[in-house]
Amino acid sequence: MRTQTSALRSRHLLGIEPLSPEEITLILDTAEGFKEVSERPVKKVPALRGQLVINLFMEASTRTRVSFEIAEKRLSADTLNFAASGSSVEKGETLIDTAENLMAMHPDMIVIRHKHPGAPKMLADRLPASIINAGDGAHEHPTQALLDAFTIRERFGRLAGLNISIIGDIAHSRVVRSNIHLLTKMKANVTIAAPPTLIPAEIEKMGVRVVHSLDEAIEGADVVMMLRIQLERQGKLSFPSLREYYNTFGLTPERLRRANRNAIVMHPGPMNRGVEIASDVADNAERSVILQQVTNGVAVRMAVLYLLGGAHVVE
Amino acid sequence: MSSSVLITNGRVVDPSQDLDGKLDVLIEDGLVTKVDRKIKANVTVIDAAGLIVTPGFIDLHTHLREPGQEHKETIATGTRAAVAGGYTAVCAMANTVPPNDERAVTEMIIAEAARNGACRVYPVGAVSRGLEGKELAELADLRSAGCVAVSDDGKPIANAQLMRRALEYCSMLGIPVVAHEEDANLNEGGVMHEGYYSTLLGMSAIPAASEETLVARDVILAALTKSRLHIAHLSTAGAIDAVRAARKRGVQVTCEVTPHHIALGDDSVQSFSTNLKMNPPLRSAEHREALLEAIADGTIDAIATDHAPHHFDEKNVEFDLAPFGVIGLETAFGVCYDRLVREKVIALGRLVDLLSCGPARTFRLPGGTLREGSLGDVTILDLDTRYAVTNTFASKASNSPFIGETFHGRAVMTIVGGSVKFDIRPGVAPAKPSKKTAKR
Amino acid sequence: MNRAIRRMAIEVVEKNRGLDDLIIVGIRSRGVPIGERMAKEITEMEGTPVPFGILDITLYRDDLTTIAPNPVVKPTKLPEPIDDKVVVLVDDVLYTGRTVRAALDALIDFGRPRKVMLAVLVDRGHRELPIHADVIGKTVPTDAHEVIKVKLTETDDEDEVLIMEK
Repeated sequence: MRTQTSALRSRHLLGIEPLSPEEITLILDTAEGFKEVSERPVKKVPALRGQLVINLFMEASTRTRVSFEIAEKRLSADTLNFAASGSSVEKGETLIDTAENLMAMHPDMIVIRHKHPGAPKMLADRLPASIINAGDGAHEHPTQALLDAFTIRERFGRLAGLNISIIGDIAHSRVVRSNIHLLTKMKANVTIAAPPTLIPAEIEKMGVRVVHSLDEAIEGADVVMMLRIQLERQGKLSFPSLREYYNTFGLTPERLRRANRNAIVMHPGPMNRGVEIASDVADNAERSVILQQVTNGVAVRMAVLYLLGGAHVVE
Repeated sequence: MSSSVLITNGRVVDPSQDLDGKLDVLIEDGLVTKVDRKIKANVTVIDAAGLIVTPGFIDLHTHLREPGQEHKETIATGTRAAVAGGYTAVCAMANTVPPNDERAVTEMIIAEAARNGACRVYPVGAVSRGLEGKELAELADLRSAGCVAVSDDGKPIANAQLMRRALEYCSMLGIPVVAHEEDANLNEGGVMHEGYYSTLLGMSAIPAASEETLVARDVILAALTKSRLHIAHLSTAGAIDAVRAARKRGVQVTCEVTPHHIALGDDSVQSFSTNLKMNPPLRSAEHREALLEAIADGTIDAIATDHAPHHFDEKNVEFDLAPFGVIGLETAFGVCYDRLVREKVIALGRLVDLLSCGPARTFRLPGGTLREGSLGDVTILDLDTRYAVTNTFASKASNSPFIGETFHGRAVMTIVGGSVKFDIRPGVAPAKPSKKTAKR
Repeated sequence: MNRAIRRMAIEVVEKNRGLDDLIIVGIRSRGVPIGERMAKEITEMEGTPVPFGILDITLYRDDLTTIAPNPVVKPTKLPEPIDDKVVVLVDDVLYTGRTVRAALDALIDFGRPRKVMLAVLVDRGHRELPIHADVIGKTVPTDAHEVIKVKLTETDDEDEVLIMEK
């Protein structure tokens, strides 16, 4: 035997919720191998040579799209980017029709970002390609949670038993849902914090502690994960003003002192400096792993692409 | 077709006169003339041995979509779906295009139903002109044209003053105001029930409070105006409490629930199937339990389908973008018999009451009884047959949440005014549709 | 087995007339302990440490889409740039030559060595590509239906070469 073997049960990655802890570990372990590829002089391996990956981004995204594209190119896949603007979607084509037209070009995988929950599942139910969810509404963003977990594991060597606090617009965040699924499956202690207007109904049933105080959330935390506050929510009854939000839930160096000595600060980006996070925290090289998250995103996405598309099970 | 038949050997279940026994039913010239043991008459005989004979089902809440949205459903296809589900009469909601907010539309519906309908159609008029919630439609004119109730269903009446005036005015006309209860501000773009599953799925949510606050308001207005209020598709525990409390104070309030709110919960939305999207949304377990309790204790007056057909293309989109509504006429009895009678929530007699007698009482419609002299509308049920729901329906639409499920029991024959309009009795060749039948 | 590995180490040193620019690179997985032992032998013989690296070739395999389930990808670790160096690739068994083909592709992505040599513990024949080994521990003629299994203390608790029927 030359290799250890293991595989994912589904040929799609629609979310973290359906994954087992073993599958999560497999993806993270595989990503370690791929992180090394990005550090080589020739940052490319032939694993997905001849495979076509379509990036179907129906909602604006820079970071995730670019990260997927780099991951695909480093695996030697052919990539095609399809954005909603300037396409037939603007002329009223439905998602199903768009996807079926793209399918006629025989892609092996479709990476989809969409503003409505369940859109990736719609495609998975209807198309023969592997579907990777790159974010669907406020539902899931599995590769973000995986890269967050990879970054945490890189720093602490484990996920189990860590105190992880996620702070911000919980209600509208797909990142938080995927992270809660992943971190609770891996036996970390998850706390979420926000004003009650940004906490969705019955979220404690997902296995998290809910607090409404930033200090309480940070006390004893190993990981402080700040979420983006969508500026357009200001004045829409979610909170009165950005000023007041920063004063009550913005992360400053003073407030971070309550965290554990080796605590790290994370943010899925894009950041609003001075809204949810102070620059002194975001740029603190000792604490902030925000840029490592971006780097690790490529490795994690390579691992996902490889595991879903690199080797097909032969009967 | 003959409008005189004799139904023999069946078990007659008619809660309106506390009947439950092996009896024959004679219908002559469209009216019930005799219910007795061993009737002899020189008319067509229908052998109902082993079957249940009940007064015809009446649906208080049907969207027939005609005029204006014939790609979804027509009066012809919608009434065919009705008789296939055992319904002998349906109340057609006003949110057509144009809406049924004036006499001409009411008359058109009645005329088309007479021409091409398979069952009786009772139009429900609009409360407000154009369903805009601003000024009253010509309610007396609608009443005299044939409307049996008024409703802006599909939309709530946000303006309390308009609701008050509608209730007052309708008390003069002797018809109820049918209220679609939701607070649009609390809903804020919601597509499913607010709870654990909306959080899990990241969907915009509709809180139970959205329905409950408006029910609370409207029972107060019904009390103020001493008028008849009917709550459409009631779906939450708090709304039930409000109705119970109002009844105790003597307020004239009635209410209906749908088969899908009885049978399905918000957990099922995890499949993202757009056939699980309706308004009010599928609720969580505690609300469903409260509905079952209210059905058992008599708080609920009627089961109504809220049959809301949509075209396949309209539903073949993202959950957020799909229109609200599911069809229900053809599956209603199977769903309710399985979930309510077989699971021992209520007895068969109570279910017949909820599907037939209760609706007739609520809107004061003819029918809902087999008393001598009443309409010859009869539903014949086979409780032993299995009904496997496929995507083939008599309805033009197929947006049913029950496709793929199998239910015990279904209507095997539907008789309207003594004429057989639907017949799938085992061993009997299906009756050919009359020439007047509009093809789908 | 240790004697064979020592012999291989000596041969590598002789063929290169010393240690200048030499890097030993083991191919995952069983080429790694064999390469490590060779590097240790050379270090003991010559008194100066010889650099040792690990090459993971999973992503370069030509059977990637047909093997099932997925092989686990692990990092490649090279101690220093390989440009202008003499790289000795080490593996346990030389058979079809496809693994070595993949290893050469992988290696080239890290730089341009002056020379690449191949050292294997067992050469069992049946080549499918024009590849040969420079240093061979033992040549074992086999039938195609036989399987050669190399066991090593580091991974299998004992040193042993087994020839088995498929």
